[in-house]
Amino acid sequence: MPLPYYVSPEQMMQDKAEYAKKGIAKGRSIIALEYVDGILLAADNPSSSLHKVSEVYDRIAFAGAGKYSEFEHLRKAGIRHADLTGYMYSREDVSARTLSNAYSQSLGTAFSTDVKPLEVEILVVQVGMNGQANEIFRISFDGSIVDEKSLAVIGGRSEAVQQYLREHATPQPPSLKDGLRRCLAALEQVATQKIPSENLEVAVLDRNRLGRKFRRLSSADISQLFA
Amino acid sequence: MKHSSFFSHHEGSSFFDFLTQHHPELKPGLNEIAIQRAALPVDLGRPGTIPVPHGTTVLALKYRDGAIIAGDRRATEGFQIADRRIEKVFRIDDYSAMAIAGAAGPCIEMAKLFQTELEHYEKLEGVQLSCEGKANKLGQMVKANLPMVFQGLVVMPLYVGYDLKRKEGRIFKYDITGGRYEESDHHSIGSGGKDARNTMREHYRSGLQEEEALRVGLLALYNAADEDVGTGGPDLVRGIYPTAKIVSSAGITDVPEDRVRALFETMIAERRRS
Repeated sequence: MPLPYYVSPEQMMQDKAEYAKKGIAKGRSIIALEYVDGILLAADNPSSSLHKVSEVYDRIAFAGAGKYSEFEHLRKAGIRHADLTGYMYSREDVSARTLSNAYSQSLGTAFSTDVKPLEVEILVVQVGMNGQANEIFRISFDGSIVDEKSLAVIGGRSEAVQQYLREHATPQPPSLKDGLRRCLAALEQVATQKIPSENLEVAVLDRNRLGRKFRRLSSADISQLFA
Repeated sequence: MKHSSFFSHHEGSSFFDFLTQHHPELKPGLNEIAIQRAALPVDLGRPGTIPVPHGTTVLALKYRDGAIIAGDRRATEGFQIADRRIEKVFRIDDYSAMAIAGAAGPCIEMAKLFQTELEHYEKLEGVQLSCEGKANKLGQMVKANLPMVFQGLVVMPLYVGYDLKRKEGRIFKYDITGGRYEESDHHSIGSGGKDARNTMREHYRSGLQEEEALRVGLLALYNAADEDVGTGGPDLVRGIYPTAKIVSSAGITDVPEDRVRALFETMIAERRRS
């Protein structure tokens, strides 16, 4: 009887992590940056219909990097989770922290039990109301969760983009225009080419909006900001 | 991914279907067993035999730039007033609203579920449903409520939406089986619905201005309250007035209470004179 191959748990986890990281690094980056009215999400995305950034609930947005089919599945699960919580309890009871925990649990379990890990990295962001701080959670393929301050970058060469943004950070949160310019500069520097404004997917969580805070910026809105 | 309920495997963009399949305990109405066990008297011919609060006159009419939807504030329980300030007109999304008549609890639950349903679809799909699509979805929800109707718990919505493609306001009425019928000018439902319809028939013209249409709507509610015990008129002592919403290309707006009050005061002054 042939014995099954033995692979040490360390080796298996390492292989899986390497596999997932490779998949995520292949894509392009997505930035979440605090600006004066809330949180700005900017992605280098040539498709205008396959979104990387999405609304989840009143104050919460989602961004996913890596394999589209996988983070799209996570996005939908998050919206279902949020809508169910809001329907069952109250709209104010839906929070980014609870949602991030659910993501972290699910990704962690999938990483340790499934043969193929998910090649995704996601952001769950929540704009703070009434003087409360914004919340930016970055969740990795293995379920590890990081509470980021003021900015976060996922996908592609995320560390290089993050470094550029940290170097150019200002003590006060920038205006929407300045914030978006900074994001574009960071993405362009890493891509080492011009990114036309129609290849930029931009959305904001603007705390001054009534009701749902999420707003997607059209390419006309973006060109107007750059004008 | 079968690890947790968070990833409950579900296809489709309907929140209503999601609840039905994965969280049937949260679905509106009683489940099959509860219905069988409930020994409620089934007597559709005599309303008021089951003590549930009933919402009453709501109406909708079109005007030049869209549609107006309005409703009175009274809920009754048999011959008692259950609530003087109940809200029967609900904002559903940026371009639509619904008003309800029937058993208050299930009505409010349906409005809330319908709001979640449309928002859920919009977020999952990235686009809003069409005006007609929304109206059809509401019809399916009314149909799903049919078992409750046999327990005397009727939910009857009146739906208005601004159709962004056709650039006009639209009014939809329903029957208990979920049948959906579009009205061309105006409609009213509830126990005072007939009285309100009579008033609107006399005063309605096509292409009304917003102010005039609002006046016609409130006048119809006033007359309905005059004739029907289940419909509350303007309560000058407590300062309670019917509520109205306007749906147009600019989205949905609440008519401020001051404006409603001013219109009623003019109407009352006119009645005193004559």
